[in-house]
Amino acid sequence: MADDTRFHHGSVPADARPIIHMEDITKHFGNVIALNGVTFDVTPGECHCLLGDNGAGKSTFIKTMSGVHKPNSGQIFFEGKPLSFDSPREAMEAGIATVFQDLAMIPLMSVTRNFFMGREPTKGKGLTRRFDIDRANEITMEEMRRMGINLRAPDQAVGTLSGGERQTVAIARAVYFGAKVLILDEPTSALGVRQTSNVLSTIDRVRKQGVGVVFISHNVRHAMAVGDRFTVLNRGQTLGTAVRDEITATELQDLMAGGQELAQLEGSLGGTV
Amino acid sequence: MAAEIQASEDERIRSETLATKLMKKPELGAIGGVILVTLFFMLTADSTMFTLSGIMNFMTPAAQLGILGIAAAMLMIGGEFDLSIGSMVAFAGMIFGALTVNLGLPLILAIPLTMAFAAAVGAVNGTIVLRTGLPSFIVTLAGLFILRGASLVGLKLFTGGSTQLRGVRDAVEGDWLARFFSGDALQGLFAWLASAGVIDTFSNGTPKVPGVPVEILWFIGFALIATYVLLRTPAGNWIFATGGDSGAAKNSGVPVRRVKISLFMLTACAAALVAVITVIDAGSTDARRGFMKEFEAIITAVIGGCLLTGGYGSAIGAFFGAIIFGMVTIGLTYTDFDQDWFQIFLGGMLLLAVVFNNVIRKRVTGER
Repeated sequence: MADDTRFHHGSVPADARPIIHMEDITKHFGNVIALNGVTFDVTPGECHCLLGDNGAGKSTFIKTMSGVHKPNSGQIFFEGKPLSFDSPREAMEAGIATVFQDLAMIPLMSVTRNFFMGREPTKGKGLTRRFDIDRANEITMEEMRRMGINLRAPDQAVGTLSGGERQTVAIARAVYFGAKVLILDEPTSALGVRQTSNVLSTIDRVRKQGVGVVFISHNVRHAMAVGDRFTVLNRGQTLGTAVRDEITATELQDLMAGGQELAQLEGSLGGTV
Repeated sequence: MAAEIQASEDERIRSETLATKLMKKPELGAIGGVILVTLFFMLTADSTMFTLSGIMNFMTPAAQLGILGIAAAMLMIGGEFDLSIGSMVAFAGMIFGALTVNLGLPLILAIPLTMAFAAAVGAVNGTIVLRTGLPSFIVTLAGLFILRGASLVGLKLFTGGSTQLRGVRDAVEGDWLARFFSGDALQGLFAWLASAGVIDTFSNGTPKVPGVPVEILWFIGFALIATYVLLRTPAGNWIFATGGDSGAAKNSGVPVRRVKISLFMLTACAAALVAVITVIDAGSTDARRGFMKEFEAIITAVIGGCLLTGGYGSAIGAFFGAIIFGMVTIGLTYTDFDQDWFQIFLGGMLLLAVVFNNVIRKRVTGER
């Protein structure tokens, strides 16, 4: 497929060791082949964009990466060692954090309670072991400030935040809990222009802290804004990986659509896609 | 890093007034209800209703219902219903009666065994709900009938044909544990208060109210512990998260299954506790025990601010909801009103509470 030469330079430089490397992953659901040989990796401090149209297998792939699904074949290397995750919890503990589209946020609960959901800090021992709510509030305010959001109060319900702010809370939470790899599932798909730019700058900030970001999107413009490398997924297969500045948005767009069809459409749509 | 990016205060968010802050407390409605109901009975009821003995009078049924209501509230916050708790009272009562009367076990064995039976049934309920993914409403509706039927069948079996099992009082007479589950507590304190002239006495000097019925202490203790667990422990956060969105909670590492099953076991044990208290008190158990209590418990929880969709509510709210219940049931006998107004009042209260809660939820989540 990718006889385009620029599309082969994207493999990791020999000196940068990927945090996670997935080799030739396949995944079937009954007789449906969702993934058919996907290779992907991410190094510390980079934003690796995974692009693909609807049904390309993006969701299945990130679920495999985050331990929700087990691949039928292929290998996963975590920090150089072969590994397979039995549960999302295991992947989380290893440092792979996923921010799904639903954000795993509960609108009725406060920002603090959401932030520490499932990982509450405690104080005291035995029967007096309790949720250290003061410390939790403090940390939440501080972490949100670092991401550029001033909360009115830590007990503000998440339901009162905007979509971009919720996304930022989810990202801040993942980073706070020691994510080495942060998988973002279409973080900008439902956001307005300003909120999108906020989330993109949050991604940039997170990357600078040395976290490897996997940015899933079908919006090439958003990907081009922050991505260091781009991998295109089509019909369950990776078409290749390209490095920033070596590929144009139009080329990526074409690859996502599977080549020809969109190129013909392009003329009549006048570059609006 | 922290100082580098300082987001400016958002000029579009108004600062909150005290009233809006209060509005966000789930128990507000129930506390308001208690005040309203108290005012109503102060105006209409005989003044003896608010004497010490009058208060004990309405607090006793409130406590029995409240123990169920608080457990139901916790389960509702966790996102599930249990319609079988009323029947569970009868079932646990039957088990307890059989253990004490038929087997002659001491309370130290009979009570934990009764609790274990109830917890096992609760765990089965929870497991079925989680395994099938069916609404707990329908699964526990089946439980409602199964347990009621099992109580009838079981009672006939243990008594040789009767649906009432007598002799519990004789069986537990003199058991040292009985005083924690029946009669009045704090008798020493009340005798002292009487001698100090703080509370009313009969002419011979004994206090008119000998003590606090134990169920009231259980009720208060349970409300305090439940509130502490909900608001100040990780487990509490898990309960809110599980009820708010179990998928999101699971993705964040909350042991959703364990939380739900534990809550089903808790409601069943609360029902067993009420069964033990009321059966010792009455000296017998019958198959109609706990009839309709499942609905009353859920109403208590809803008046207490629980949302039917889960993820929001409070144990203190259910505490006050149960007090409203007790006041209205008993209070009407102190007035000239027909007692049957009770049900009309109940329905009205429920409707009001649901509408009110819905408004609150929109405020909390900032929905428009």
